[in-house]
Amino acid sequence: MPDTLDPHVRFGSNSGQPVTRRDGLAKVTGTATFAADNTPDNMLYAVFVPAAIARGRVTGLDTEAAAAHPGVTHVLTPQNRPPLQGDPSDKPTMFSFRFEALQDDSVRYAGQPIALVVAETLEAANEGARLLNPKYERLTPRTDIDDAEPYAFEAAGFGLPANTVHGNPEAGHASAAQAIDVTYETAPQYHNAMETHAVVAKWEGDHLTLDMPSQAISMSCAGFAYYFGIPAENVTVRSPYLGGGFGSKAIPTGPYVLAILAARMTGRPVKMMLTRQQMFGPVGHRGQTRQRLRLGADDTGRLTVIDHEGIAATSTFDDFVEPAANASQGIYAAGALRSTHRAVKLDIGTPGPMRAPGEASGSAVLECALDELAEKLGLDPLELRLKNYAETEPGTGKPYSSKALRECYAQGAERFGWNSRPRAPGQMRDEDGLLVGWGMGTAFFPCPMFMAEANATLRADSTAVVETSAVDMGQGAWTALAQIAADSLGLPLDKVDFQAGRSGLPDGGVAGGSGHTATAGGALHAAGGDVIRQLGEIAAADPDSPLYGAGNAGFVARDGRLYVAGDESRSEAYTDILARSGGAEIAGNGSASRAPETAEQHAMNAHGAVFAEVKIDPDLCQMRVTRLVGAFAAGRIINPRLAESQLFGGMIWGISFALHEEARHDHKRGHIVNADLAGYHVPVNADVSGLDVITVHEEDPYVNALGIKGVGEIGITGTVGAIGNAIWHATGKRVRRFPIRIEDLLTS
Amino acid sequence: MSPSISLTINGEARAVALDDPRVTLLDLLRERLDLPGTKKGCDRGQCGACTVLVDGRRVNSCLTLAATLDGAEITTIEGLALGEELHPVQAAFIENDAFQCGYCTPGQIMSAVGLISEGSAGDDPERIREGMSGNICRCAAYHGITIAVQEATRNMIRTDKEDAA
Repeated sequence: MPDTLDPHVRFGSNSGQPVTRRDGLAKVTGTATFAADNTPDNMLYAVFVPAAIARGRVTGLDTEAAAAHPGVTHVLTPQNRPPLQGDPSDKPTMFSFRFEALQDDSVRYAGQPIALVVAETLEAANEGARLLNPKYERLTPRTDIDDAEPYAFEAAGFGLPANTVHGNPEAGHASAAQAIDVTYETAPQYHNAMETHAVVAKWEGDHLTLDMPSQAISMSCAGFAYYFGIPAENVTVRSPYLGGGFGSKAIPTGPYVLAILAARMTGRPVKMMLTRQQMFGPVGHRGQTRQRLRLGADDTGRLTVIDHEGIAATSTFDDFVEPAANASQGIYAAGALRSTHRAVKLDIGTPGPMRAPGEASGSAVLECALDELAEKLGLDPLELRLKNYAETEPGTGKPYSSKALRECYAQGAERFGWNSRPRAPGQMRDEDGLLVGWGMGTAFFPCPMFMAEANATLRADSTAVVETSAVDMGQGAWTALAQIAADSLGLPLDKVDFQAGRSGLPDGGVAGGSGHTATAGGALHAAGGDVIRQLGEIAAADPDSPLYGAGNAGFVARDGRLYVAGDESRSEAYTDILARSGGAEIAGNGSASRAPETAEQHAMNAHGAVFAEVKIDPDLCQMRVTRLVGAFAAGRIINPRLAESQLFGGMIWGISFALHEEARHDHKRGHIVNADLAGYHVPVNADVSGLDVITVHEEDPYVNALGIKGVGEIGITGTVGAIGNAIWHATGKRVRRFPIRIEDLLTS
Repeated sequence: MSPSISLTINGEARAVALDDPRVTLLDLLRERLDLPGTKKGCDRGQCGACTVLVDGRRVNSCLTLAATLDGAEITTIEGLALGEELHPVQAAFIENDAFQCGYCTPGQIMSAVGLISEGSAGDDPERIREGMSGNICRCAAYHGITIAVQEATRNMIRTDKEDAA
């Protein structure tokens, strides 16, 4: 890898180093302050009452009993709730969902807030909420994906096309020598970050201060400002640490608005922390899908068509649809590609983006369907993928900005030992008699960029402060972004004061879409570059500087010195340059986004290959993932230690998708029966062993200034299919729904 | 008049007035004693985020009524380091990137300290994984957690031997 990218930046001084987390000390000593850790003086506690029914209306609440409970100060219902200035059904920002804030007595899903109790203590608020004892008029709930007719629509996810066709799918079907037509289902999943949604809201006049976890600080300010009728700059959001986000903490939600309203009404700070059970409803989830995949191939295994139809559940009052079928675009060189989506409106909370929205559910099914096709063709699953390797983006013919997928396949397969895999299922047993199966899948994730801005100020003593409202939800922004900022300024990491995680800073954009490091990092990189450019101009114009007159050659910034590019014998310390110029600070700013024309010229994706081994008890059908090897090419890796953790985390989310996670509705009553961490299974430590991550070297001169593709979500893709395929390989049984359960193997 | 209990919290003996008999140890620490390092993840003993040591044993503080703890010795994440010197488990968590968001981390670390003192897992990764499975990490930093607990266990055994020698 070249050690210079922009003339003044020498990568490797800080970026590329596996430094430990800069917030590590705070997190292991309990001093990292999460939202609900704040307890300002004179604070009240708010607890909302969740609807126990999924459809109908609230006909009675025992507000007298609740209000009479010692410590309870206020009970809010639709009858007495003070007005909001913005309608909860409006969408003031890109990340807005319609929500319930006691605007009427209707119930649209189980778990919806139907009242709010405010009290001097949490215990009193909880008891007050219990005493409300709601009465309902119930209508028959529709929570099964077959309970309503699928309908066509225009946009899936956040404005993604609902229908995409390249080539002639009908001709692709007609010309296929071998075809499969399979339908899979994926379960509703709930983010369940370990930190439940929480807010401490405080009003001072018409200024609002919110301690709350937010993946999108600027947009949160704008959203809350809208609902409360104040300018966005009157909203302060402090979000230094998020206890996980996974997509659920980017959006203003109803419970937050109610807590803020309670603070305004009472004139006192109000804390609200959702219970774990309350996380299943008003704060988003990954929508259930049913996906039909029809694949055609010629005799040699070349795909003539990938025809992917998705049906996804959404709510009755909003329109987010899991864009699962789009996962079939852009990855395999099929003669024709078609992705279509339809939605089903159910009495559920509105789904939203959850780690790899669309890609996780879609690639799970695509990778299993390919495995079924490989079986039919008598091909090794990896061979089938290589036969259909896309050298340019299928459909559009655009070149990839970079694509080291072939290397991912090769390195992953070698590390795993894939070549010794018997083709037929049910051939392998371990020394304990367990069935052993091996499966693989291709990992794939786009490289979006959003908008971000940053400031950098170099001080006379050769330290710097950099600012952007970036957020760390565990992905490591406090560390990786600071590494980028330090490199952009040519300073060691410990000389840079990195300010982020709150409003009032330049807009750091959104922590999501695996694009935060590239976007906020790009802005920091530009801001540092602006400072160094100014510093170079000062030095080049100063007859007393060894750099005098060298402006045309350009400078390299490193360890607090400017060097003449190509002539390292000429250099000068920042402190000397600044001292002679009067010791003033130098302030720079920068921004980052992707120009539309750049996006038009190249297809930009991260890629990977995941290989899984499962072991299955032949009598009990208990399944365990015993080995998981992921090889990923994701452009420049800023911090290998943190990137590996992200990829491990994504792969474990893949295990979770394949074998654990499922919210189960009681379709008769409409509520989720396993709405807690005992019933809603996610992997624990004992579920995870034998993980191995390879990051494959990849340079990308087009994707963004830093060559970063992002690693936050790709780990899930590929992994789910690899595990499903390994289970088939162990048992010979195809289970076409996720999560795969013991009873699926016992009965199929 | 509210009843009072005596607790030793992170080495400090305190008389704690209980304003409400319903208060759990978790909410006592977080909401009343300004010790919010211990985290609430589920409030019903399903996730382990609230793990603290009570008389040296790891417990879910969300399932423990404060009123039952008169005379108990409590250690929370805030009391684990010796001044500037991190506990070996804390140091190993940083070194092995055994966390991402950090929210479950206080519970993971207290649980690891408890597990190591129980002495049943040693540095066997399989037993560590089992012994740490009461602590959910949604970021799924399990790979690093297991290695960190192994490493800390070895370091603590080594230190004990050196102290004994």
